[in-house]
Amino acid sequence: MTTSAFADLNALRDAATRELDAAVDAAALEAWRVAYLGRSGKITGVLRGIAAVPADQRRVFGAAANEIKVALEQRFEARQADLERGALSALASDAIDITLPGRPVDMGRLHPTTIVIREICGIFQSMGFQVVEGPEVEWDKYNFEALNIPKDHPARDKWDTIWVDANKDVEGRFTTLLRTHNSPMQARVMETNQPPIRVVVPGKCFRYEATDATHESQFFQVEGLVVDEGVSFANLKHTLYEFARRLFGGDRKVRFRCDFFPFVEPGVDMSIDCFKCGGRDPACRICRGSGWIEIMGAGMVHPNVLRNVGYDPARVSGFAFGMGPERIAMLKYGIDDIRLFYANDIRFLRQF
Amino acid sequence: MKVPLSWLADYVPLKLPPVELAHRLTMAGIETTFVPGKDAEWGPVYVGEVVRLEKHPNADRLRLATVSIGGETLRVVCGAPNIAQGQRIAFAKTGARLTDSHTGTPMTLGAAKIRGVESQGMVCSERELGLGNDHDGILVLPPNAPIGTPLADYLSDAHLDIEVTTNRGDCLSVLGVAREVGAITGVPVPEPSLDYPEGTEPVSSAVRVQIDAPDLCSRYLAAVIKGVKVGPSPEWLQQRLKQAGLRPINNVVDATNYVMLEYGQPLHAFDLRQVRRDTIVVRQARPGERFTTLDGVEHTLQPPMLLIADPERAIALAGVMGGANSEMTEATTDVLLESATFNGINIRRTAQQLKLRTEASTRFEKGLQSELAGRAVRRAARLILRTAGGAAMRGIADAFPAAGPANRLRLSRSGMTRLIGTAALFDGIPGRAPGAGEVLRALGFAVQQAGHDALTVTPPYWRSDIAIEEDVIEEVARIVGYDNVPAEPLAGRMPATLTQPLRELRERVKDLLVDAGMQETISYSLIGHRTLEQALAVGPGKPEPLRAANPLSREQEYLRTSLRGNLLRTLAAALRVPPGGARIFEAGRVYIPRAEDLPDEREIVAGALAGTRGDSLWEKGADPFDFHDAKGVVESVLARLGLDAAFERAEDDLLHPGRTARITVDGEAVGVLGELHPLVTRTFDLTVAKVAFFEIDLNTLQPRVPWLTTAFKPFSRLPSADRDVALLVDESVPAGRVQRFLEDHPLVRRVALFDRFVGKGLPAGKLSLAYRLEFQSGAGTLSAEQVNEAMSSLLQRLQAETGATLRA
Repeated sequence: MTTSAFADLNALRDAATRELDAAVDAAALEAWRVAYLGRSGKITGVLRGIAAVPADQRRVFGAAANEIKVALEQRFEARQADLERGALSALASDAIDITLPGRPVDMGRLHPTTIVIREICGIFQSMGFQVVEGPEVEWDKYNFEALNIPKDHPARDKWDTIWVDANKDVEGRFTTLLRTHNSPMQARVMETNQPPIRVVVPGKCFRYEATDATHESQFFQVEGLVVDEGVSFANLKHTLYEFARRLFGGDRKVRFRCDFFPFVEPGVDMSIDCFKCGGRDPACRICRGSGWIEIMGAGMVHPNVLRNVGYDPARVSGFAFGMGPERIAMLKYGIDDIRLFYANDIRFLRQF
Repeated sequence: MKVPLSWLADYVPLKLPPVELAHRLTMAGIETTFVPGKDAEWGPVYVGEVVRLEKHPNADRLRLATVSIGGETLRVVCGAPNIAQGQRIAFAKTGARLTDSHTGTPMTLGAAKIRGVESQGMVCSERELGLGNDHDGILVLPPNAPIGTPLADYLSDAHLDIEVTTNRGDCLSVLGVAREVGAITGVPVPEPSLDYPEGTEPVSSAVRVQIDAPDLCSRYLAAVIKGVKVGPSPEWLQQRLKQAGLRPINNVVDATNYVMLEYGQPLHAFDLRQVRRDTIVVRQARPGERFTTLDGVEHTLQPPMLLIADPERAIALAGVMGGANSEMTEATTDVLLESATFNGINIRRTAQQLKLRTEASTRFEKGLQSELAGRAVRRAARLILRTAGGAAMRGIADAFPAAGPANRLRLSRSGMTRLIGTAALFDGIPGRAPGAGEVLRALGFAVQQAGHDALTVTPPYWRSDIAIEEDVIEEVARIVGYDNVPAEPLAGRMPATLTQPLRELRERVKDLLVDAGMQETISYSLIGHRTLEQALAVGPGKPEPLRAANPLSREQEYLRTSLRGNLLRTLAAALRVPPGGARIFEAGRVYIPRAEDLPDEREIVAGALAGTRGDSLWEKGADPFDFHDAKGVVESVLARLGLDAAFERAEDDLLHPGRTARITVDGEAVGVLGELHPLVTRTFDLTVAKVAFFEIDLNTLQPRVPWLTTAFKPFSRLPSADRDVALLVDESVPAGRVQRFLEDHPLVRRVALFDRFVGKGLPAGKLSLAYRLEFQSGAGTLSAEQVNEAMSSLLQRLQAETGATLRA
């Protein structure tokens, strides 16, 4: 009995070894594990049947059976590792064509004007400016008169106006218009707030103007206004210089030349040095060889504008500026025709 | 304005190269472009005279011309038929750079022997000089062209092209530009001479001036010159006018135009004999008064348009154009020369209303100083005497009802520092820039020291744009240059926060739509009525759009009351671009009229989806976008805003009657979504069967958007149990109702519709909806019994509520 029990044990070990070596895949291996080492497997059965072994031999038998079990477990793990290695090495032949196009994830895009307006406003926000918007249909009062441009002032020629066929004054002249610039918000912001004021105003404007590659009847502007005690042209210069460097690169140079806008005095416009050719290419498409690109008008707020909103020009001063995001987008992206912006050709829009 | 360099040089030495000069003027506020003369490259080409003409010994059609160019006489062979002895011509010596008349290419003239005779140069045609295409004969110059002068100097039209800002009317004149040049280069510009011989008879004996509208005419001067001979102007005068872009007319009119270009003061010459009763009356037009200007056009006038009249009739439209009844003719012998100061605003209104803008009106409307009129009249009288002869009467008739006080201004060091941020511009910068006083003197200001740190300044008579201290400060800054101003960071208090929740919401929605795969578009706010009609945005019950009073075109005539038309037009265009298909939106304003107020500008966002879901071509099975794609976009965006949207069946003209939903939030309608009505699809020529559309009114939505769009909810870590259930429901029962009912059970964490089936094997009028329900409790792990119990009670109540039964 004991001899035969030992013999059975050995036979079991031999059979288990043989079958284990014959297992060629993960399923066969698992079947083997269940058959021999599982909860009701044969080896487990032998160990469970130890009660039938005479008491004096149980220790020896148990030790032998356990030894076999451990050996088989080790052999099982080794075999399992072998098979995994084999399976992994077969992955190389399970290849796909990685040059097929990826499954498209259709991402939307913002309009380039939105992108540039956000970039501009973002820079000013980081300098403590607030972003506000105003009405696109305005009163003559805000668009012109509050800005030191009375009726029949020749400076109005600069802003060819689309009038709205609605409200009229006593003389029968239209009083409502499509704002020709974002400057009316200067007056609106100052009317309802007290200094210190630091705002940028993005938004749509309109001009009665025939369109061509550089002129549109509808366009956007970003207007800016700073009013406080002791604000000077030197502050204007630093603020706009800082802005230009952040938008067009840290090594930009800026230049201010005298210009005239009735709501500022002195008035200037700001150019940056040409980031394309640096003034070295006489045929440069960006600066036309001048080396300089005009990007915005600016100036110190005219005392009449401050007075019109009830501020005391002896106490506070300020500066204002305005720029066209389309022009900046054209410079940045190399767009050569402003009419592309609002024609909404999908081939244009999906490039940004 | 064209300012010929040769003319400019009469007043100020041009020390800088023209390109540099143009740049400096531009930086100082006078936008200037240098336009080189066409002839600048000729080299040795001179004004010559044909002194002798002989036959060529060896050719019938050629002649030998002897040409004098001053100190030198040369002989050339010439084939031009129009050459004649005594002519002044353009003569090119060897080495001249010309244009080959046959090929049109540049060439350098070499010595040549033509049929055995040496030719020492060439008599040039227009084409050879690059001045035009005429090659039928040589260019014949006026008989007074100075022999020996380089042709480049004689003919030069090299000029500065000046664009002035509206405050600088003084630079619409050669003298004005010369003064700027003088200030920039530090050279004083002397006043031109105003002297001329006057007769003994006083002007008052010939004309009397009466100003009836002193608010519209602050000064009126008249000189009288008798015995002029009207005829063509001398060549030099014609030349200058042409170079400046004006057409010569006759010696009197040309003289007035010359002085207008020189000083910027428009003048007018009347035939004195046409001024009846020796009286000039400056008065407003009567209502409906008719007047014919010298261009032959009859105008109907209204007050306060200003007329120059005699006691019987009007003779000129003041400051705009003279009258046909009193203009200079060949027969004129006595001239009344007018120089006046008119109200710029009134001139501007008149010119605009009559659509008659002239050289004169564009100068007057910028506002001219009355002292200028007094100088210009003398300058013009002097010139008429020189060009048209005659004798001037003694003195000038001068009606000057209200000479204003001198315009004295104070410029303080502290004011300058406060505005500019540095005292350096007041004090001067050693080695780089003079002080404010010196700069202002160079600009023609009278400057007096006023105490230690201030100046009292009076602007020169030609400047009408200097009214306040800030203007004076700018004068200094623009000449010294803004490069000399330091840059100083803003300091001081930070501003109060200004929030605009609507703008912020719009920008957030734009981002969310982009996240959802949509492309932003921006279209015109002004649109055609037809587009509004096509989008069914006008008609009964809909706002009547505001109209532009002066639209640019029929396509940009009305302020949009809806984004729909433009959006669908954009979509139609996008669909025609391969591979077709588009998901687009616009977030922008519509303008709803309000009586006697600005329109209500509402922020609307509208989107459209057309084409197939997924543009992948190498995998099949993409379906066209439909109602539920638009709904998915709307649901996602609103969910991300922290809003719980509900959808109700609704109607909208634009949309398919069975596939339209109203979007509501907290019971308030905030928008609409659906598939386009097939008729609309056809109207807009949309080349797809289905277009999914949505529109949300952000003004209505904004107050409902929670300040915190995300509120954290504790989640249960206890295990949950899934149950799948297939329900048989009436086709008339909306799935949303079933789903809401299932979701309402306290133990149901999530409900997902995973199958919807209509058709074979189902009873008529029924459909199958299969849901996966996830049960979970916050209190403890649910047992299978608890879940089953919840499920069966739920189904029982569902059946009672909706008639849904378990599908067998």
